[in-house]
Amino acid sequence: MNKKLFKWDFWTGITILSIAIFGLFLIYPLFSLFVSAFQNADTGAFSMENFVRFFQRKYYYQSMINSFWVTTCVTALAIVIGTALAYFMSLYTIRFKSVVEVCIIISLLSPPFIGAYSWILIGGRSGILTQFLQTTFHYDFPSIYGFAGILLVLTLKLYPFIYLYVAGAMKNIDSALIEASESLGCSGIRKVVTVIVPLITPTILAGALMVFMNAMADFGTPMLIGEGFNVMPVMIYSEFINEVGDQANFAAAMAAIMVIITSTIFMLQKYVVNRKSFAMSSLRPMQVHTMKGIRNVVMHALIYLLVAVSMIPQIVVIYTSFLKTKGSVFVPGYSLDSYRTIFESLGTAVSNTYIFSTIAILMIIFLGMTVAYLTTRRKSWITDIIDTLTMFPYIIPGSVLGITLLLAFNDEPLLLSGTAFIIIISLVIRRLPYTLRSSSAILYQISPSLEEASISLGASPIKTFFRVTAVMMLPGVMSGAILSWITAINELSSSVILFTGATKTMSVAIYTEVIRASYGTAAALSTILTLTTVVAMLIFFKVSGSRNVTL
Amino acid sequence: MSVEIHINNVVKRYGDLTIIPGLTQDIRNGELFTLLGPSGCGKTTLLRMIAGFNSIEGGEIKFNEQVINDIPAHKRNIGMVFQSYAIFPHLTVRENVEYGLKLRKLTKTEIKKKVDDILEVVRITEYQDRLPERLSGGQQQRVALARSIVIHPSVLLMDEPLSNLDAKLRIEMRSAIRDVQKQVGITTVYVTHDQEEALSISDRIAVMKKGEIQQTARPHTIYTRPYNIFVSTFIGHSNLFRGHVQSTETGKAVVFADGYTVPMDNLSEEAGDGMEVIISVRPEEFSIQQEGLACKVRTKVFLGKYINYSLGFPEEMLLPDQPSIEFSQDLGHAEQVLEVGDTVTLRPNPVKLNVFTSDGSRNILRDVVHHE
Ligand SMILES: Nc1ncnc2c1ncn2[C@@H]1O[C@H](COP(=O)(O)OP(=O)(O)OP(=O)(O)O)[C@@H](O)[C@H]1O
Ligand SMILES: [Mg+2]
Repeated sequence: MNKKLFKWDFWTGITILSIAIFGLFLIYPLFSLFVSAFQNADTGAFSMENFVRFFQRKYYYQSMINSFWVTTCVTALAIVIGTALAYFMSLYTIRFKSVVEVCIIISLLSPPFIGAYSWILIGGRSGILTQFLQTTFHYDFPSIYGFAGILLVLTLKLYPFIYLYVAGAMKNIDSALIEASESLGCSGIRKVVTVIVPLITPTILAGALMVFMNAMADFGTPMLIGEGFNVMPVMIYSEFINEVGDQANFAAAMAAIMVIITSTIFMLQKYVVNRKSFAMSSLRPMQVHTMKGIRNVVMHALIYLLVAVSMIPQIVVIYTSFLKTKGSVFVPGYSLDSYRTIFESLGTAVSNTYIFSTIAILMIIFLGMTVAYLTTRRKSWITDIIDTLTMFPYIIPGSVLGITLLLAFNDEPLLLSGTAFIIIISLVIRRLPYTLRSSSAILYQISPSLEEASISLGASPIKTFFRVTAVMMLPGVMSGAILSWITAINELSSSVILFTGATKTMSVAIYTEVIRASYGTAAALSTILTLTTVVAMLIFFKVSGSRNVTL
Repeated sequence: MSVEIHINNVVKRYGDLTIIPGLTQDIRNGELFTLLGPSGCGKTTLLRMIAGFNSIEGGEIKFNEQVINDIPAHKRNIGMVFQSYAIFPHLTVRENVEYGLKLRKLTKTEIKKKVDDILEVVRITEYQDRLPERLSGGQQQRVALARSIVIHPSVLLMDEPLSNLDAKLRIEMRSAIRDVQKQVGITTVYVTHDQEEALSISDRIAVMKKGEIQQTARPHTIYTRPYNIFVSTFIGHSNLFRGHVQSTETGKAVVFADGYTVPMDNLSEEAGDGMEVIISVRPEEFSIQQEGLACKVRTKVFLGKYINYSLGFPEEMLLPDQPSIEFSQDLGHAEQVLEVGDTVTLRPNPVKLNVFTSDGSRNILRDVVHHE
């Protein structure tokens, strides 16, 4: 087989397609973002004034400090809660352990801002709890708005990341390591600190990065519950939405700053983890003990309390969705009014959500499998470039991606803003990297000789890919795709920037309804989303045969 | 149908690294041809060049008269059996075997008949509806064999197909492969580094070292008349002694370093008086006699049919760096069993001796063949 310099085939097509998608919808917009960040709003000349303005006015740079502060606190709290939970759940017998686990996963996968919104319903100005305490005890419940609210909601939403990561790592600790340390005279808390903690530190760091990125980029929560406590995504959003034109350059500069921050954190984490990483595999996982007496009761109580608090948002939302409403106010009694309203006026939002995310997932599955094949089995300098390109979405917050897409495709000839296509493409860009990574991992497990066997039997390489490789990858890719689908139906931060009336999705609709204070319809929409999420999750458990959720 | 393979001066390079510097070999129609050699010598590389999975950097490979260098692998009509079996895990045994036939636009009845026949031949009919994960290694290898043969390939290529099986199954599968290959009459290239497997299964063996073929011959020839020291020590055990040629009016002889002389009538012209040589003796070609080479028994291992002794000779008699000097005594004929520490005189069988040039590169007996 003499290599021809250039051969037009399926794989060349995929190479070009993937470079085109990432180039056109990620690199080009990102590049435009940075260019307009350095431009004077009126003259278009190169200038630093946008950045100068940001760092000169406290109103602006305070949002960066706020973002950092709240994100760091969320990450720290999530690490403490998630690790402790994983420790006790892995080493001790917990009653209803699988119920606890499923609840944790539900709260992780549920729509991100539902937490904020239901905590407002509970503890907000006219919240159930607030009013109850005030009328019966004349006690003023501390304000849930601002820093405390964001911290509460995001921690409860994100500690499951740490839990899932650490619980996975705990399974891989060989009990021989623990026994070795015990035989050396190390026990109790010292054993935990000197053996277990170092072993799971890289895992904690990996989980911490996920938490940090998610908390930093989260738009819905601070928007709803933050009020005076401004954080960067909200600031970028409002600057951008308020005065398009003049302010676009300034919003772009803020977005650029945010990308620089996230990529610095990303690189820092990679550096630390690379230096600390080591392989673990366990022949004999650590033994599960039963805790005795009062300590057992306390442990169970704390775990159940944590799970209950995590589940409160879903329960409140489902409950309020069945309340009777008049206009947008709740009145005594129960009804299905809210649902009726949805199907009368927000039916397209429901169908849009399912249609967009399903199309996006189909594209992700196709591209994920083919591009993963390219980068693992047909390595070349071009596939290395693709590999690098696909890392970018990890560091770009959703709202920033939304802004870059809107800026780049707002004009002829590429007038795409306001179309369903642009929303779908943003979903694809954001989730494809995850599918790519898992597809590559799956491919490494499939022996190339299976493909060679097929080729030797007369199937062309491309036929072989579809008949053998793809078929064998599909189960693994599918279960990852279901998780991606769940995140796609719940996506808010880039759709909220990209939507127009006709392309509204459920999460955007919930957001706008909450802003309009129609809590009933928002609750009904959230209930539909939560139910869809739970059903999809059950399908995921069935398809993947395990509870190993990796996001 | 089955073809001859002509390999003409083929070259394989990975970057600056030349794995096969230029290899020429013809493989006859219908024969079972084995590539044998130490790990890393390029057996798999050559096989994959024939299959079309490795590029060819120089020379050409022909099936009959057709040059196949530029034909993609899936159009070469080859059957391939892999070390890892490479059974499609998502298809049943029957679907695995059908896979290649379905790509060949045959009618349903034709496919069914062919599959039924081949399942019968390799004796896996009863497992046909199972998924491969529930089959044993030997059964999986039968499926792989059936799947590659059923398409009536021009050549069948097998890369260490038995190395993942346990010893007993390996011997059983060895004869199964041999039987099926003869029954179907298909040109087969078989790669192994197990010499016993190669000797028992092959029509001809090519012994490779560092990308070059050292000798191609029938198993018996390879064993009894190895072309050089490498072949002689790689296949079976050979005890290597220093010696020289003695040429008188009465004839030629080889003389061991201790003076023991063995007259030989099959030395070639090249063997002149005084020529330094290496004399190679197989462990089973010694016998206990009054006259011969004196040595001491160092260790003794009882192996049932044989007893293996390792022997001590004066250092100057031997080629350096040999793992051991061995004598294996067939218990069926043994009159005297030796003990560790005994001194004994062993006579090598003159007809079975091999004599090599002092650099070990060539056998100087007259009846040696390089390529048979
Ligand atoms: N893709 C590659 N790139 C560089 N060198 C390679 C590559 N594949 C094989 N080689 C080298 O080519 C040489 C021959 O390898 P090959 O696999 O053909 O050996 P082999 O005879 O089949 O050995 P074994 O008995 O261990 O299977 C080895 O030195 C190997 O390191
Ligand atoms: Mg090999």
